[in-house]
Amino acid sequence: MLRFIARRFLEAIPVLFIIATATFFMMRLAPGGPFDSEKQVSAEVRARMEAHYGLDKPLFQQYLLQMKHLLRGNLGPSFKYPGRTVNEIIADAFPVSLELGCEALAVALAFGLAAGMAAALKQNSAWDHVPMGLAMIGLCVPTFVMGPLLISAFALHLDWFNAAGWFFPRDRVLPALTLGAYYAAYIARLCRGGFLEILNQDYIRTARAKGAGGARVLFKHALRGGILPVVSFLGPAVAGLLTGSFVVETIFGVPGLGRYFVTAAFNRDYFMVMGSVLFYACFVVVLNLAADVVLVWLNPKLRFE
Amino acid sequence: MADSTPMAMVEPAETGGGSSFWQDAWHRLWQNKLAVFGLVVLGVLAALCFAAFLWPKITGFSYEQQNLALGPAPPNRVHWLGTDPLGRDLLARLLYGGGISLMVGLCATAVSLTIGVIYGAIAGFAGGKLDMVLMRIVDILYALPFAIFVILLMVFFGQNIILLFVAIGAVEWLTMARIVRGQVMAVKRQEFVEAAHALGLKEGRIIFRHIVPNLLGPIIVYATLTVPEVILLESFLSFLGLGVQPPHSSWGVLIKEGAEVMEEYPWLLIYPGAVMALTLFSLNFLGDGLRDALDVRGSKD
Amino acid sequence: MINNSTVGQNVYLTILCLALLAGGCGQRETLAAIGDRTQELRLNNEGEPSSLDPAVAIGTIEHYIMLSLYEGLVAPDPKDLSLRPGAAENWEISPDGKVYTFHLRKNGRWSNSEPVTARDFVESYHRMLMPSMASQYSYMLYPVKNAEAFNLGKISDFGQVGFKALDDYTLQVTLHSPAPYLLSMMIHDSWYPVPTAVIKKHGAIDDRTNPWTRPENFVGNGPFVLKEWRMNSHILVERSPTYWDAKNVRLNKIYFDPTESTDTAERMFRSAQIHSDPQAPPSKVAFYRKYKPNLIKVYPLLATYFYKINVTRPPMNDKRVRQALAMAIDRHAITETIMRAGEEPAFFLTPPNTAGYTCQTKVKEDVAAARQLLADAGYPDGKNFPPVEVLFNTLQSHKAIAEAFQAMWKKNLNINVVLHNEEWKVYLDSMRHLDYFMGRAGWNGDYVDPSTFLDMFLTDSGNNETGWSNAEYDRLVRLASNTGDRAVRYDAYQKAEAILLDEMPIIPIYFYTRPRLIRPSVRGWYPNVLDQYDFKSIYLVPEDN
Repeated sequence: MLRFIARRFLEAIPVLFIIATATFFMMRLAPGGPFDSEKQVSAEVRARMEAHYGLDKPLFQQYLLQMKHLLRGNLGPSFKYPGRTVNEIIADAFPVSLELGCEALAVALAFGLAAGMAAALKQNSAWDHVPMGLAMIGLCVPTFVMGPLLISAFALHLDWFNAAGWFFPRDRVLPALTLGAYYAAYIARLCRGGFLEILNQDYIRTARAKGAGGARVLFKHALRGGILPVVSFLGPAVAGLLTGSFVVETIFGVPGLGRYFVTAAFNRDYFMVMGSVLFYACFVVVLNLAADVVLVWLNPKLRFE
Repeated sequence: MADSTPMAMVEPAETGGGSSFWQDAWHRLWQNKLAVFGLVVLGVLAALCFAAFLWPKITGFSYEQQNLALGPAPPNRVHWLGTDPLGRDLLARLLYGGGISLMVGLCATAVSLTIGVIYGAIAGFAGGKLDMVLMRIVDILYALPFAIFVILLMVFFGQNIILLFVAIGAVEWLTMARIVRGQVMAVKRQEFVEAAHALGLKEGRIIFRHIVPNLLGPIIVYATLTVPEVILLESFLSFLGLGVQPPHSSWGVLIKEGAEVMEEYPWLLIYPGAVMALTLFSLNFLGDGLRDALDVRGSKD
Repeated sequence: MINNSTVGQNVYLTILCLALLAGGCGQRETLAAIGDRTQELRLNNEGEPSSLDPAVAIGTIEHYIMLSLYEGLVAPDPKDLSLRPGAAENWEISPDGKVYTFHLRKNGRWSNSEPVTARDFVESYHRMLMPSMASQYSYMLYPVKNAEAFNLGKISDFGQVGFKALDDYTLQVTLHSPAPYLLSMMIHDSWYPVPTAVIKKHGAIDDRTNPWTRPENFVGNGPFVLKEWRMNSHILVERSPTYWDAKNVRLNKIYFDPTESTDTAERMFRSAQIHSDPQAPPSKVAFYRKYKPNLIKVYPLLATYFYKINVTRPPMNDKRVRQALAMAIDRHAITETIMRAGEEPAFFLTPPNTAGYTCQTKVKEDVAAARQLLADAGYPDGKNFPPVEVLFNTLQSHKAIAEAFQAMWKKNLNINVVLHNEEWKVYLDSMRHLDYFMGRAGWNGDYVDPSTFLDMFLTDSGNNETGWSNAEYDRLVRLASNTGDRAVRYDAYQKAEAILLDEMPIIPIYFYTRPRLIRPSVRGWYPNVLDQYDFKSIYLVPEDN
């Protein structure tokens, strides 16, 4: 297994390199630059600012310089926020997104697994249709509708929570629910599907026919196999979850990383974009690897290919 | 119950491509009330939306006609679903927008389907080095954050609907490719394929007559489930201001605009939201039903 | 046998209970009420500031925070923006209007207790004008003799620039020609003093990434000091004990919230987390004005919304086409049904009564005349009129206005315009490179004088972006900049703006207003066209309920 992990890490290096190169050229070739603003600056000022950040050098030279910095882990300065480096911004914002992501994941797993299991065990009963119906709502209502609805109901009318902000423990509740709803729904469905597949297999039916009780059947035989599709799904999904959601962070005023993904691209904050993309890519690589490892551990029949 | 003859077990294609399997599947689907409900709803909605161009002839309101003096009005006899802040008829915009959203959904799904199936089938069937390279490319694309990628795409090529299909299709095909590859690799090892090999059938024939029919199940299911994701992605792009451009509407645009004014003019969110949710429900129920019906492994009597 | 339905049931109930507990039942003291009690003003500031260094910061977001941290030579009275002494106790102006002598307060102190001297001001302006600083607002100092030359690198000896410290507390500013609006300009951030000695301790004097504005390093001469700065979370400033007038400052703290989304900010206001939100979402303005008028104040701003026209691109190069477009729209419909925040339709560029100047020429809304002009230009009843695009950046209100115009031009002139929305930077890029037909534009006056608007359309102005050039207009505007006689100036501006409105490289649409949400507990705040806060006079009184 260690060889497998080591090999995957090695394979990740060219992947990251290609991503960095593609991002660099995509950003530089996009129209509009970091110093365009409504009150236009004079040509002299623009030239000086570009020189300050090395943007006046030939493109390929800038590319090599950027690669050199990246190898040292230096993600560069931010244009939009002079005085802050990208490393610093990510270090400041990521823990917030991480916390929100974990809380949303907890919500999603708690609701999703519970609903999925109940639905699978009591297929086609109320315990199947009601949770699955609720899950549908989570899947079909976009977060930018769910968020304001929850705020309107629980924060503005019932006054249980603040409308936005990230200071008190109670501020975590609504954003976690909003962010987790979609994943809860997806997990519930996947879990139900996976469990049903297992439950319908011959060996399970045999065990049940022999009189083994519901819970024993569930935990002894089905759990490992039923969670398989959930793990497959979670691998890449968690990367998005943990690095932040632009919509939820905007609506609830959460100072996380997700917003920067979007605003950096809009601001043409070149180094910030590169930093965010690479950070996210590393996450995806690590989480995919983790998901694959867990999959094999759960189902030894799959081999490390 | 129809039995397959011993001859048919060696060459199932010779008896007509597993027709009894498909008939069984259809029968199972038909029994699933939710799936049927979904199918019917979709059919009605699709018909309504694609016939949206007839609507102005009936009521005289088109999706872009403004009535600034009227402004936002709740549902009444003239405007059955009310109007938006520019005085445009909501029902007209809803139907027109539905047509656009469904079209985006179907086209992007078709794009992702085509690319994904071909890509995944090649990777899965070839195996070895080619498979590794192809999957690494998928990993690279997977690791690009969607938001940044779409913004750049929109920025480069301007904002038109075709680009929207391409952008969304370009993201969705990755998962489809992965699924197809996995499925191909699983099927590749099954006995009837080995039997076909043993009988000396050519590779191409094996792929198309034997493997692909077994892929159809998951592909259909996943395609049906991709359409709602595409529609939701379009609404996210509208939230960023990158989706369908004015004066056209789409469900994403309507919902985003409705969410902003949901407390003053709730009808602007309720109706588009309900219709979109209904469509997504139907697609999901249909997809679930198809999955249950086409479940190759689960031998339900 | 464990019943799995009870497992599920228990899970649901537990989560429900946790949510209820977390929520808590009943009343809790709102953040605004706490602020009322502790004299902490909580404001929405519409975004995260890019910098708090006056030489680097460029926008209103940064400006509002810097108002609390620095004090310039003069301070505007919040009621009418008239000028009161700030860091300068009094001043004299020479008879020819070219030399200003400021007498600084002897008890003016930086927050590190060092005295604020005339040298500090000179060094600050030196820094502001350093070419390597690449400061975007350096042009605000250009009325001063040789300032522009120094800033462009044409001369390298700052001694030749018209800033001199005659002694520790006397600052002399020499202009190259009389500028009667100079004192108005001096309320702008670019004229603030910065502690150059402190800056040098943390890095190079002209390095825009110098960390001197971090809370642990910050030194300023204003009524408040920077206490906390968490990106995208909050900025907290606290009263400065060393400020010369500290005993008259009533607030203890000011909390700036950087929420950009107007919807989120409005919800925060409604749940009493903040005392004021400067920009209520357009859809809610009518609601507040009707049902909660004590929570909203709507007042005009020194800002105009207009369309720029690229006069180099046919058919826009024909003045008659431009005039027709400007005359065939209904501005009242826009302000009353789309914007609905009390905006005034604009029939000229400079907002009315700007330092006593109101343009006498107006665009006439006359559909018949517009149709005639279009016919004269060769497009009778819109026939053969080439497809023309309206460019705007992605924002709901821009879209709504453009859509309305599209419909109006179709109905009144029978022409088809295409709407083209571009993402912000692409839009800026297109405007800068004249890659558009008509483009949405807006302009906030930097100071209260017509020149801040009319200078835009000088031939060599970077903000012109229309390709329009008129020698007579240039002459008139420059004349007005170089003379001290108000009557002469305003007469020149009237003539210049008349030319502008005849040639029509722009279509004025409306004058901005501020629909500000503000709680009644905030006292000592007054609306003004620059939306300046006077944090010294604001205080909080707990609300009765």
